[in-house]
Amino acid sequence: MQAFTTLTAVAVPLDMANINTDMLVPARFLRKPRDERYGSYLFHDLRHDEQGRLRDSFPLNEACYAQAQIIVAGANFGCGSSRESAVYVLMDSGFRCVIAPSFGDIFFGNALQNGLLPVVLPEAQCAALRAWLEANPGAQITADLESQQVSVPGGERYAFSLDPVRRERLLRGMDEIGLTLSRLPAIEAFEARYHAQRPWLAR
Amino acid sequence: MSPPSAGTGTLFERIWNDHVIEQGGADDALLHVDLNFLHEGSFLAFAALRKEGRSVRSPQRHFAVADHYVPTLGRERGIAGITDPEVRGLIDLLESNAAWAGIDHAGIDDARQGIVHVIGPELGLTHPGMVITCGDSHTSTHGAMGAFAFGMGASQVKQVLATQCLWQRRPKTLRVTLDGTLGAGVGAKDVILALIGKIGAAGATGHVIEYAGSAMRAMSMEGRLTVCNMSIEAGARAGMVAPDDVTFDYLHGRPFAPKAQHWDDAVAMWRTLSSRADARFDREVSLAAADIAPMVTWGTNPGQALPIDARVPDPATANPEARRGIEAALAYMGLTPGQALDGLPVDRVFIGSCTNSRIEDLRAAAAVLRGRKARIPAFVSPGSTAIKREAESEGLDRVFTEAGVEWRASGCSMCVGTNGDLLRAGERSASTSNRNFEGRQGRGARTHLVSPAMAAAAAVTGTLTDVRRLLAGARA
Ligand code: SF4
Repeated sequence: MQAFTTLTAVAVPLDMANINTDMLVPARFLRKPRDERYGSYLFHDLRHDEQGRLRDSFPLNEACYAQAQIIVAGANFGCGSSRESAVYVLMDSGFRCVIAPSFGDIFFGNALQNGLLPVVLPEAQCAALRAWLEANPGAQITADLESQQVSVPGGERYAFSLDPVRRERLLRGMDEIGLTLSRLPAIEAFEARYHAQRPWLAR
Repeated sequence: MSPPSAGTGTLFERIWNDHVIEQGGADDALLHVDLNFLHEGSFLAFAALRKEGRSVRSPQRHFAVADHYVPTLGRERGIAGITDPEVRGLIDLLESNAAWAGIDHAGIDDARQGIVHVIGPELGLTHPGMVITCGDSHTSTHGAMGAFAFGMGASQVKQVLATQCLWQRRPKTLRVTLDGTLGAGVGAKDVILALIGKIGAAGATGHVIEYAGSAMRAMSMEGRLTVCNMSIEAGARAGMVAPDDVTFDYLHGRPFAPKAQHWDDAVAMWRTLSSRADARFDREVSLAAADIAPMVTWGTNPGQALPIDARVPDPATANPEARRGIEAALAYMGLTPGQALDGLPVDRVFIGSCTNSRIEDLRAAAAVLRGRKARIPAFVSPGSTAIKREAESEGLDRVFTEAGVEWRASGCSMCVGTNGDLLRAGERSASTSNRNFEGRQGRGARTHLVSPAMAAAAAVTGTLTDVRRLLAGARA
């Protein structure tokens, strides 16, 4: 997976709570292969009207956010289905970081698997960040995983934390399968003992 | 390393500890996975696995089934009946991936076919005490049998395929105690909607819920499966119920359940799976069963649920944070503040999904429909091919068809519509599924989540209806 250390990029404010994975990528796109069109499925039904025209009212459609790589959203971002496609569409349209007061658990895990940094900040700080971004459309902010800080140019700094194990894996872009398979002797010893106690699981 | 004090002595902690291969950090562990389920959506994980040149480490600990994309009409033609090449490709791909890996597979015309979270328990694959995974958020369903079962994304599916274990962050624990007796016409779906309505769609984020209390003990296996199924809609990692005689009676004799001496040994171990009397949970919530009415969602997340005799909320009187969410939901749903839910006209009824498609659900819907006629288009998709057969042997199919309700084949169907079973824009459904998100049942579609009995009542009257009136009518 892609490592994440620090990122300074345009951030787009999305003042909505409960952005679910069906909104991030409608189910009808889940059958699609992950090719160069994948990023265009992001927020498809919010970005486009029924005729397929771009909706002016949706922030991601504004020219100043064309290069955005960070989203600052409301609570419970990524709730709903476990589809990892919700992370793929974000990454494939250039996003590397989402800042929100809380996340759906499965989305949070999926993000970390792919090098998309989920940053949890208190509701009031997310609101302050969004207000600053509304006042400075197209401005860049910095999300730094090394120092675990989000910062606004010449202004506020917001500390966040990610648990040490996950932070380390993300900083180094570590592959969990490799890490797991390096423990194979312990895994095999566990399984031998576990199954000896549960012979009915033999298949 | 000493475990955190909250969570001590809980059923969850017991199962977690039984599966820890290695501690990765204070709250992080490498867990053994007993059983992983696969469906058509697993193609991304298989593709990545094969691209990395890896193999499946323990194919016997996986089970694959076609459910998300199978059509519910024309199934007698099997795979040949599918005209959409993309859909057919995904169903074929699951079969060829399973064959490549040596994984048992129930395809479109297999007698064991059904929705993954219905067939796991039904085939006796799901056991108490297991850690169970699947690339699907409603994996929480299996927790009803006393397992720790959770959904995950494609990267983790790939990891479980490759290693049969998974790094997991230990969740917090929440006990929901449901005491008392449910009223007539009130069921498991109403319980879980009442809970989510109370704690919110993110109310249990980061937690595993254990459901306890006299009303949970009295609840059937089917009901417990419904409750645990929607734990994810409260944001929970998983839901679980301590196994008891209800669980063992359900499991006994099923194809993959332990046999003979193994059965006795397994039950002896499973009987030790419960939270101790002095167990400490991070949080506790209680509900009085007698206070729960038939529920219906009015908005676009499952936390936006109310008793059928309530009125649509008024954003003007809501707190400022909730206001815009309510306004947006009402605009999408085409509702006005203060409008009564009972009597709201509905266009279509869907009875199915991994939440409510088991035999007991179909019996509850049939009890309302028996001798009545549906006024609006409605269909039933049983949760599995075996349930379809069982319902037919009881004559339930005739009750439905005589009421003018279509009797279809089994699959995810209109829960998510990936097989093409969709509502049109603006259409309003009463649906027994689990998500009322914008666009979930089709772009612009408006979903009201209800129980099977309430869905049947809506079919009969053409409106959202308090099923208790119809049940009273049937008794009179
Ligand atoms: S029935 Fe619906 S919720 Fe259940 S597995 Fe299928 S798509 Fe998912």
